[in-house]
Amino acid sequence: MAQDIQVTIVDRTGQSHTVLAPTDMNMNLMELVRSYELAPEGTIGICGGMAMCASCQCYVTSSHHLEPMSEEEEAMLSEAFHLQDNSRLGCQIPITENLEGLKITLAPEE
Amino acid sequence: MIKTDILIIGAGPTGLFAVFEAGLLQLKCHIIDALPMPGGQLSELYPKKPIYDIPGFPEVLAGDLVHNLMEQIKPFSPGFTLGERAEKIDKQLDGSFIVTTDKGTAHHTKVVAIAGGLGSFEPKKPLIEGIESWEDKGVSYMIKDPEVYRDKKVLIAGGGDSALDWSIFLAEVASEVTLVHRRSEFRGALDSVEKVQALKNSGKINLITPAEVIGLAGDTHLNKVYIQKTGEEAPIELTVDAFIPLFGLSPKLGPIGAWGLEIEKNAIVVDNTLDYMTNIPGVYAIGDVNTYPGKLKLILCGFHEATLMCQSAYGRIFPNKRYVMKYTTVGGVTGFDGTKKEAPKAVVKKIE
Repeated sequence: MAQDIQVTIVDRTGQSHTVLAPTDMNMNLMELVRSYELAPEGTIGICGGMAMCASCQCYVTSSHHLEPMSEEEEAMLSEAFHLQDNSRLGCQIPITENLEGLKITLAPEE
Repeated sequence: MIKTDILIIGAGPTGLFAVFEAGLLQLKCHIIDALPMPGGQLSELYPKKPIYDIPGFPEVLAGDLVHNLMEQIKPFSPGFTLGERAEKIDKQLDGSFIVTTDKGTAHHTKVVAIAGGLGSFEPKKPLIEGIESWEDKGVSYMIKDPEVYRDKKVLIAGGGDSALDWSIFLAEVASEVTLVHRRSEFRGALDSVEKVQALKNSGKINLITPAEVIGLAGDTHLNKVYIQKTGEEAPIELTVDAFIPLFGLSPKLGPIGAWGLEIEKNAIVVDNTLDYMTNIPGVYAIGDVNTYPGKLKLILCGFHEATLMCQSAYGRIFPNKRYVMKYTTVGGVTGFDGTKKEAPKAVVKKIE
C-alpha cells in the first residue's frame, strides 16, 4: 500500500493543521481540504475541481517542486483575486509522494 | 400573481427533473432561478464538460443534459421566473406559501421545493478600494440592458467569455470600449478571442494588457479610472462613463439562509431521506442544497430526491385522494399541453 504523506494546511482563519494525505486515492489538495473539513462546504471546490472557479486557490509556502500549471489553471488564476506569485489552484495539484511535508495556506474566500 | 402547485427554486437538473415527476402526478410547477437561463451550474460553470455518471448516458455534455431535461419536461409546460432571486417566503393561513423575488414577482404555491444547488450565482466583486460606493453610479457587475451604454465610454475588466463577449457586443453600441485584463491571454471561446483581436486591430476596442484597474474617481458619478500596466511606473488615467468588472459568478446561499430553515455547512438540513422535507412543513430541499447523513452531491441523487419529494407533495396537496405510482411504460406521459406519449400497442394477431 502506498505511503500517506504529511501536508500542512493553514486555513482561512490562520489556524495550521498538519494532516495525513493518501497518495493512492486519486485525490488533489482541494479534496484533501474538504475531506478534513478545513473550509466550510460551499466555500471551496465549488466547480468540483475543473479549474473553473478559483475557490480552492492556495499559496504554496514550502519549496516543493510542483508540476507546472496547465493553461486552464493559469487562465483561471489570472481572473482570481488575492493573487500572489505562489498562488495555485488546489484542485489541480494531485497528492503524490514527492509532496511529503508540503505547506499551503488557503487564499481568502472571494 | 403566479399560481402553481409546486414552486421550485433553482432551475438546475434536480429542479428541472422535479417538473417531470410532478407532471406525472398532474401537479403543475413553476421555477425561479437567479440566472437568466435554465441549467444552474451545468449552464453557468461547465456547459461543455462531459458527465459520465448519468444512468443510461455513457457520456453526456452538461449543456446537452440540460437541453434534454428541458425537452423531457416540455409537455408539462412549467412556468419560469428567470433572472430573479427568491427573496421572501410568507406562509399563508391555509398552509400555502407566497414566495416573492428580489424584483417583486410574487408566486402563490401549495408546496415549495428548494433545489438551489450551492445557492444563487452572484457576481464576484474585484478588490478595488471604494468600489462599492460607485455601484449604480457607473460601476455594475452585470449587464442587464446594453442600451444603457449607448454612446458612452465603457471600461470592461476580465479575461473570460463574458468579458470578451460583452466587449464585442458593446463595440457596436458604446462610443469607446476599453478591455483590461491581467494577462495578454484570454480564457474564452476561440472565435470570441479572434473577434476581439479583429476589433482591436480596427481600433474599435482599446485593449490594455497585462494590466489591472487600481482606482476609481469621479464626482457624483464615476468618470475616471486608474489602470496599472504591469512593469510600468505610473498608472494610466482613463476617462470613462462606466466600469463593468466581469470576473465570473460565485454561488451564495443568500436570502434562503434567513427563511428559518435549519442550515448546516451551507446546506439545508432535511431530517429524513423519506421525502426531503425541511423543518418547515410544506418546504422541501432537494439536490445539492440539502444535507443528511450519507448525502452525496450527485445529479443522479438529485433526481431520486426530486421523485420522492413529488410523491410526498402529492400527499400533502391531495391528502384524501387514492393514488398508485404508474410506470411511464404503462401510463405513458400525458402533457398539460395536450400531447400524449405512450408505448405502441402490442399486436395481437393469429398466425395462420
